[in-house]
Amino acid sequence: MNSSPNRRTPTGSGVNYRNAEVERILETLHADVAILGAGGAGLRAAIALAQESPALRIALVSKVYPMRSHTCAAEGGAAGVIKGDDSLEHHFNDTVGGGDWLCDQDAVDYLVREAPRELIQLEHWGCPWSREPDGSVAVRPFGGMKKQRTWFAADKSGFHILHTLFQTSLQFPSIERYDEYYATDLIVDDGRCRGFTAIEMRSGQMKCFLARAVIIASGGAGRMFPFTTNGAIKTGDGMALAYRAGVPLKDMEFVQYHPTGLPNTGTLLTEACRGEGGVLLNRHGRRFLQDYGMGPETPLGKAVLKTMELGPRDRVSQAFWHDQRKGNMVGTQWGDCMLLDMRHLGEKKIDERLPLVRDMAISYLGVDPVTDPVPVRPVVHYMMGGIDTDIRAATPLPGLFAAGECACVSINGANRLGSNSLTELLVFGRRAALSALEFLDSSPAAGNAGVLAARAGEAQARLRELFGRSGETETVAGLRRELTTTMEEHAGIYRSGEGLAEACATLADLRRRYRSVTLHDKTNVYNTDLLQALELGCMLDCAEAVTASALARRESRGAHQRLDFTERDDANFLRHSLACYRGDEAPAIDYRDVVITRSPPGVRDYSGEQK
Amino acid sequence: MTVKPYVRAVPRYTWFLAHSRYLRYITREVTCVFIGAYAFLMLVGLKRLAEGREAWEAFVQALASPASLVFHVAVLAFALYHTTSWFNVTPKAMPIQLGDGFVPGRVIVGAHYAIWIVLSLAVLILAGVF
Amino acid sequence: MSQRLVELEVLRFNPETDAEPTFQRYAVECPEEWVVLDALNHIKETVDPTLSYRWSCHMAVCGSCGMMINGEPKLSCKSFLRDYEGVIRVEPLAHFPIQRDLVTVIDDFVTKLKRVKPYLVAGEARPVEAGEYRQTPAQLKTYKQYTLCINCMLCYAACPEYGLEPKFIGPAAISLAHRYNLDSRDAGREARQQEIAATEGVWECSFVGACSEVCPEHVDPAGALQQVKIKSTLDWFREHLMPWRRT
Repeated sequence: MNSSPNRRTPTGSGVNYRNAEVERILETLHADVAILGAGGAGLRAAIALAQESPALRIALVSKVYPMRSHTCAAEGGAAGVIKGDDSLEHHFNDTVGGGDWLCDQDAVDYLVREAPRELIQLEHWGCPWSREPDGSVAVRPFGGMKKQRTWFAADKSGFHILHTLFQTSLQFPSIERYDEYYATDLIVDDGRCRGFTAIEMRSGQMKCFLARAVIIASGGAGRMFPFTTNGAIKTGDGMALAYRAGVPLKDMEFVQYHPTGLPNTGTLLTEACRGEGGVLLNRHGRRFLQDYGMGPETPLGKAVLKTMELGPRDRVSQAFWHDQRKGNMVGTQWGDCMLLDMRHLGEKKIDERLPLVRDMAISYLGVDPVTDPVPVRPVVHYMMGGIDTDIRAATPLPGLFAAGECACVSINGANRLGSNSLTELLVFGRRAALSALEFLDSSPAAGNAGVLAARAGEAQARLRELFGRSGETETVAGLRRELTTTMEEHAGIYRSGEGLAEACATLADLRRRYRSVTLHDKTNVYNTDLLQALELGCMLDCAEAVTASALARRESRGAHQRLDFTERDDANFLRHSLACYRGDEAPAIDYRDVVITRSPPGVRDYSGEQK
Repeated sequence: MTVKPYVRAVPRYTWFLAHSRYLRYITREVTCVFIGAYAFLMLVGLKRLAEGREAWEAFVQALASPASLVFHVAVLAFALYHTTSWFNVTPKAMPIQLGDGFVPGRVIVGAHYAIWIVLSLAVLILAGVF
Repeated sequence: MSQRLVELEVLRFNPETDAEPTFQRYAVECPEEWVVLDALNHIKETVDPTLSYRWSCHMAVCGSCGMMINGEPKLSCKSFLRDYEGVIRVEPLAHFPIQRDLVTVIDDFVTKLKRVKPYLVAGEARPVEAGEYRQTPAQLKTYKQYTLCINCMLCYAACPEYGLEPKFIGPAAISLAHRYNLDSRDAGREARQQEIAATEGVWECSFVGACSEVCPEHVDPAGALQQVKIKSTLDWFREHLMPWRRT
């Protein structure tokens, strides 16, 4: 490895990466740090590495081109304290309370402290944040936040963040991109992550990436549900890879329903609709949130922070569920809906602040928010849980780091506040990069060539076995449909022990049947049949972690609501769940205490009058 | 194993037949031939004028022939198409920002038409038509 | 929900088995409110799992699912079945090599995008501690439109110049360069000019305007390119006729 005068020299540079034994089996690509996923977190990590240590070889590997990553679909904005009336303490308290005290408070402290720096950094890279008349960045109100602190770029904030990061990354020659490579297995040797195998989609060839540290930034797994805001690519691949390699999946039972999705397509209408003053009505025209602990009613068109429509997502979605049970929702051909009324905002404000929302509502539903209330219903949006990491974005597996939605630090606890996830992927994307650098400095040991070769060979053998299967016993589409139906039925907004037990049994069966799934397409080039089969395997593993963790959590907290255990139980469950992979068996569920530094569990109060 | 992507050829001389917008474009481009031809005619006229009264009168007479009239009508039509098609795209090339907004495209296009009419009138008045 | 029998004629090509692409026809029952992408997904799930295409967000922001639909470059996630009658012809985006079925090779665009330096080049280093740059809403408005490019490459598929001369840097990449040139925080125009004010840059463009007509995000690349031409021309005059104003 070359060294240039201005680079930090990690001890152990000069390690010979060439690994003839692996190369005999698979084409091998070498890097100092390999990043899996090129969305917001992966790009942020890559840029941090390139800036901190320009001579590093960085492999940025993703199953899609970076600009296709699902960060682009985030609409509302990113939270960070910037205005004079706000404080880090406020952001901390909102986040911890919003997460129903399941957040690790040291991690939340780190998040809120780093947030403004990261958002300013993004501004310096050219992000087109919306502005105040004086030229300073503008902020908007968001659910569960006591102050206005959500930085936004109209209602395409995630899109602009992603493209700013992607375009910024183009100036660093040390970031070597491998677009459209689908990772299949992590390579672990001697208790350390050494890389992974991945299929190059355009050739169908499996390659081996050997690296001294690996960062997973592969996003969430919302596609295991049938009705989700998540794009087709969000199939929990990185989560499953880490899980199978022995890293626990933490707090997987916490799945966020966003209250306002278009009822037919699940397309997200951002929380900023309510932040800008939109209200939620039932079929009687009543702002029903006031009946579910988020009242009293606030003046129309003047959003009051942290109450009514600016309550947290879990509470709003749960209120929908309750009001639906009372028969108060609007029946549509797509099921029961509430109405998101933005008419009083006027055309000018809607066009300026929510242009995408208007466009989506008109084109996909045929409803113009300027003239009519938009029917919406809760839709699966975000996984609070994910790959177990500590505050340094390090997983328990040395050499493996994770950041973004695929990771669980945890700063989101039992319910993420809107606009904290874009901030999280920046803050912890960078943190993962710094931790990986520290790891390089401290750990020179190269892997055992024979073992690495064996691991790579096993991954390839598994793929060959899948290709070799014949007969048509199980199909990808069939199993996937059963998976999503099961998740919707039993792991939704409200859950029961009975339903979850049934879901666990069904998933165990689906995982068994998955082992005989056959491919229709046995060719190599851009084989999406193969891709979907592998993705299905990942979703099944993640889904089982969700239902098993949910069944074991016999309490109601945040986004996890049990009909048979309706109260929060701090005595037994103020703990993170850890689902540990056990091959064909159901996962083992372990627990770890939540880090509480200064905010003891309290009452989540979203009634405006008591503030 | 061959994994060579398939490259679809673009027909080099007939590509503009593939879509109506390409045809519109090629028409706009072709109009310049007629504009050029008319400019050439003006130069010929100028040369005839320099050659003396007889030459000039022969030229004017030739202009009144049926073939010349057909030519003039055709050039007028092409000149109009040329002008309008270019005027209509001026807001793209010359956006004018006023504060937080842009001057609407139709204002910019309208201003072009207004100036066009004023200049045409001026020429006609100078030529003694009115 | 009203259903309708939809017939799609999809261009298929597998480099391992086919010498050239051929059309394959599918007929599937679809709800009237679906988009073409929904119909393709339905075909892949129930009729033909070997059909390959890219897609992800289903909300016209990730830019994956660009295709030729009845000869027009479109995002298939925003092409509604209700807008089509008869057989719908679906082909991979024009002017790009076909990798497999509706999947094209887009390396060319990715390489060109990098060439035009689509990132902020600061005049002087600004530490994070100095806070954000001030940028008024009016200054933001100047370039905002050109930030909306989702890199879907419909404009390249529409541009006949790109079809005829593949060296042309093309509408999207030049628009993004222009976006940074117009940004009040940027000082990198000169470096970008070397790429975009050259023969393979804006001077390859003859203002067909097709790019702007097909752009799903109303970026108006054609406008961006003409503005670059005008500014480059002014640069030339300034340099050759007004040497005292040279910067």
